[in-house]
Amino acid sequence: MRKKLLINLAMVLVIPGFLFTVSCAKKTIRAETSLTQQAEDEAAAEKSKQEELARQQAIEEQRLQEEAERKTAARNMFLNEDIFFEFDSAVLLAEAQEILKKKAEWLINNSDVTATIEGHCDERGTNEYNLALGERRAESAKTFLMDLGIAESRLNSISYGEERPLDPGHNEEAWAKNRRGHFTIN
Amino acid sequence: MFSKDRMKKHSIKTICLIVIASFMVVGMGICGARYDYIDITHPFLRKIPIAIPVFKKIYSGDATERLSRTASDLLAETLEFTGYFKILDRDAFLVDMQTVISLANVNFYNWTSIGAELLVTGGVLIQDNQVEMELRLYDTFKEKLLVGKKYKGLIKDQRKIVRRFCSEIIFFLTGDRGFFNSEIAFVSKNSGNKEIYVCEFDGYNPRQITHTKSITLSPAWSSDGKWLAYTSYAKGKPDLYLKHLRQKRGAVVSKKGINITPAWVPNKFELAATLSFSGDPEIYLLTGTGKIIKRLTKKRGIDLSPTWSPDAKHMAFVSKRSGTPQIYIKNISSGAVRRLTFQGRYNTQPSWSPKGDKVAYAGMGNGLNNIFVIGIDGQGLIQLTHDQGDNEAPSWSPDGSLIVFSSTREGPSRIYVMTAYGTDQRRLLALEGEQTEPDWSPGMVNN
Repeated sequence: MRKKLLINLAMVLVIPGFLFTVSCAKKTIRAETSLTQQAEDEAAAEKSKQEELARQQAIEEQRLQEEAERKTAARNMFLNEDIFFEFDSAVLLAEAQEILKKKAEWLINNSDVTATIEGHCDERGTNEYNLALGERRAESAKTFLMDLGIAESRLNSISYGEERPLDPGHNEEAWAKNRRGHFTIN
Repeated sequence: MFSKDRMKKHSIKTICLIVIASFMVVGMGICGARYDYIDITHPFLRKIPIAIPVFKKIYSGDATERLSRTASDLLAETLEFTGYFKILDRDAFLVDMQTVISLANVNFYNWTSIGAELLVTGGVLIQDNQVEMELRLYDTFKEKLLVGKKYKGLIKDQRKIVRRFCSEIIFFLTGDRGFFNSEIAFVSKNSGNKEIYVCEFDGYNPRQITHTKSITLSPAWSSDGKWLAYTSYAKGKPDLYLKHLRQKRGAVVSKKGINITPAWVPNKFELAATLSFSGDPEIYLLTGTGKIIKRLTKKRGIDLSPTWSPDAKHMAFVSKRSGTPQIYIKNISSGAVRRLTFQGRYNTQPSWSPKGDKVAYAGMGNGLNNIFVIGIDGQGLIQLTHDQGDNEAPSWSPDGSLIVFSSTREGPSRIYVMTAYGTDQRRLLALEGEQTEPDWSPGMVNN
């Protein structure tokens, strides 16, 4: 009798234990499933994050590229845009002054740069006089830039007189191109 | 005596060229200038007809044959170069000098009848590599020997012998030694870059003096012919170089800005040049070693291109002080400055004549320059070049009889010569590339 009771008791204890065990096992499986889901979610999130990052990086790159292009364009404009003079004159024309204002702005934005201003003449005058005239032209431009706040130490000038024409022609069109102030960066 | 001076110089250079006889006509020991063959006031108005037959070969032989012809041709060319003579055509000659028994006996009628007023005869004898040349100048109407010289030297020295005798002829006729020992410096783009070259007065033997591989400009001779000053971009900017032609000596003036337009002071080791280190191109007086002695111009604006009067008491220069480039003259001791040119709106490149009475310059009209000469009192302005391209950079021969200049009349700029009155304009030489900015040396360059 007593033995039977013990078995019953054991059964009572064991079966729920079994039950408990089963339920426990079920629970574990469910938890594993949820972990996989989470990883997948995280990967997706990561991917989209990466995509977002790449997109932003591309935008940034494009921005930088555009910025660099803008800088190069500004630099090229500084280097390539000459100022022009009238015959036997070193007076800065209105158009030349506008160009010089842009050059001053560029020099302010690029404070590490020192520039050289070349003064050139057309072939009609005589060589020696044109060396002096070319110097006056370079000095006119230099003084104008200094008045706009560019330090003298950042500006060099050199005269080439009529020795380095841009256009080798012998007509007014060529002469007009050759009476110029040209800028280089040191 | 000139010949002896020259002998001394050449004995140093181991050139055996000596005058072994001088037989000037009796009673003609007077200064040639008094002898009125060439009218000094209008020297090129009437050219003197001169006959120069091929020199007589004392011994026959191929070398003598060649030399007698080349030497007599060279003598004719050299005399023609002066602008004083009309060289008569040898085809018209009535007598063949090769058949003449004695050079000393001239039948003057043979020469007066073809219009010759002067006659040069010569005899050539070659032994080994030595040549003996006997040269005589006759007045055919007065039937007189005017100049007679006998020279001995190496065959390769025939040019020197001929020039020596031409110098004697010109000295006899004008009282001036002429330019037969002078040279001309100029700028040539022959090598692709502008470099300084030097040639003999007639364009012979051009040679490159600078090898800067940059822009090199404005050569200027010192009055002893030993130094050249010039501007060069050899170090990237226009600096002034002072260079001894035979020794490795010199100096560089490399101040901020431009260092240009040198002009040596006559008979001094000093020069004037334009420097802009003050911020304005001004003319300074410098030592021959490039040190500043003093400032010569003091006006705001362009001042440049000094040229000295022969006595160094005055300096002509270009200034824009009145608004256009014009030529001014400064009295060095008083400091007074007066304007010389009033015609035209662009007058530059002044060159003071060796006689001291005139200034040659380039004046621009319609975009082209022409050569002008004006008296230093501002009177007697004459234009020497007309309607023939762009003409620049006049420079006087040391005797003042000729002017060398550059011109684009045949396309690229070349060096030309004309008489001081604008006649006989001809090209001096043509190298590859352009030639510009000639400067005629003083008379005694040791060549």
